[in-house]
Amino acid sequence: MRYLSRVEVRLKPGYLDPEGESTRRALQDLRYRVRRVGVAKVYEIELTASSLQEARKLTEEMCRKLLSNPVKDDYSFEVRKLGR
Amino acid sequence: MGGGGGGAEEGVEEPSMVRACIVRAGGTNCDGETKVALEEAGAEVELVHFRRVLERGLRGCEVLVIPGGFSFGDRVRAGAILGKELAGRMLSALKDFVEDGGAILGICNGFQVLVEAGLLPGFRWGEVQAALALNDSARFECRWTYLRVENGGKCLFTRGMGRGEVVRMPVAHAEGKFLFPAGREREYLRRLLEKDQLVFRYCDGKGRPAGGRYPLNPNGSFFDIAGICDPTGRIMGMMPHPERAVFGWQLPDWTKGESPPLWGDGRKIFSSLVKELR
Repeated sequence: MRYLSRVEVRLKPGYLDPEGESTRRALQDLRYRVRRVGVAKVYEIELTASSLQEARKLTEEMCRKLLSNPVKDDYSFEVRKLGR
Repeated sequence: MGGGGGGAEEGVEEPSMVRACIVRAGGTNCDGETKVALEEAGAEVELVHFRRVLERGLRGCEVLVIPGGFSFGDRVRAGAILGKELAGRMLSALKDFVEDGGAILGICNGFQVLVEAGLLPGFRWGEVQAALALNDSARFECRWTYLRVENGGKCLFTRGMGRGEVVRMPVAHAEGKFLFPAGREREYLRRLLEKDQLVFRYCDGKGRPAGGRYPLNPNGSFFDIAGICDPTGRIMGMMPHPERAVFGWQLPDWTKGESPPLWGDGRKIFSSLVKELR
């Protein structure tokens, strides 16, 4: 069965997010009252698995093995079943 | 590992050739200069695509170099894909390689690869224990930096330099901010220092630590860290480019003054390496 995992990888708290900071300043220049911007990376992954549980397990593995660096990144994901 | 020279005639010292293998992947772009730098130091150099290294292993070479560039277009994170490819398929082979007397050098993107592969800092083999994150300036930094040699002799690559020596090499990267796990920096730093694994720190022209000040510290690295080695001293990674500071004419002030320098500081790294392995 086909599943869609939506993975979000972001910096752990405690680290400066330079891209977020630049964006915050830009938004402030546009007169928005913005206090903080965090930038995250989103992966949409279509995968095949035998069950939702397995799709979750595989997504978790992908996050640990490649998509995040355990020192600086946090990740979260949602998995849903696709069509037929 | 060849060892070489063992079969030389009695009483004749035959200097063995140090063989280096420079690993390429799509997006690698500093392999040419690195080859010239190693050859200048007396090594025999081969450029090999990483898939060939995965297939045939490292037989016949004493030095594995992962050069600078943008392997896999810096997708996911700089160095992550090549790092996971190498670690996923060759982690134990790389351990054997180093234990048998081999050496591994990662420059810039190569440093990112070694960190992502879990070879550096290498407190535990194959475990990712550091990161090279986006520069504090949020942009690509291409500039000359001063580095202070911090190593007390463990690192194979800097034995031709003195502790406290100030050297100049350029950086060129967007993701070079060296990080340890937040909140545990001091503990990890202590481990690094205890095992003599700190190799280079960004400093000013007089060797005073940059103290995080930009642009002396070009990326915001923790403790001004520019390069480290593993606990054996045989694996080193550094963000600055020694291969861009080998010849005098590569230096920014080459045409200033009356006697232009013949050589740059980067040369010492390649010659230390070749001398130690010969």
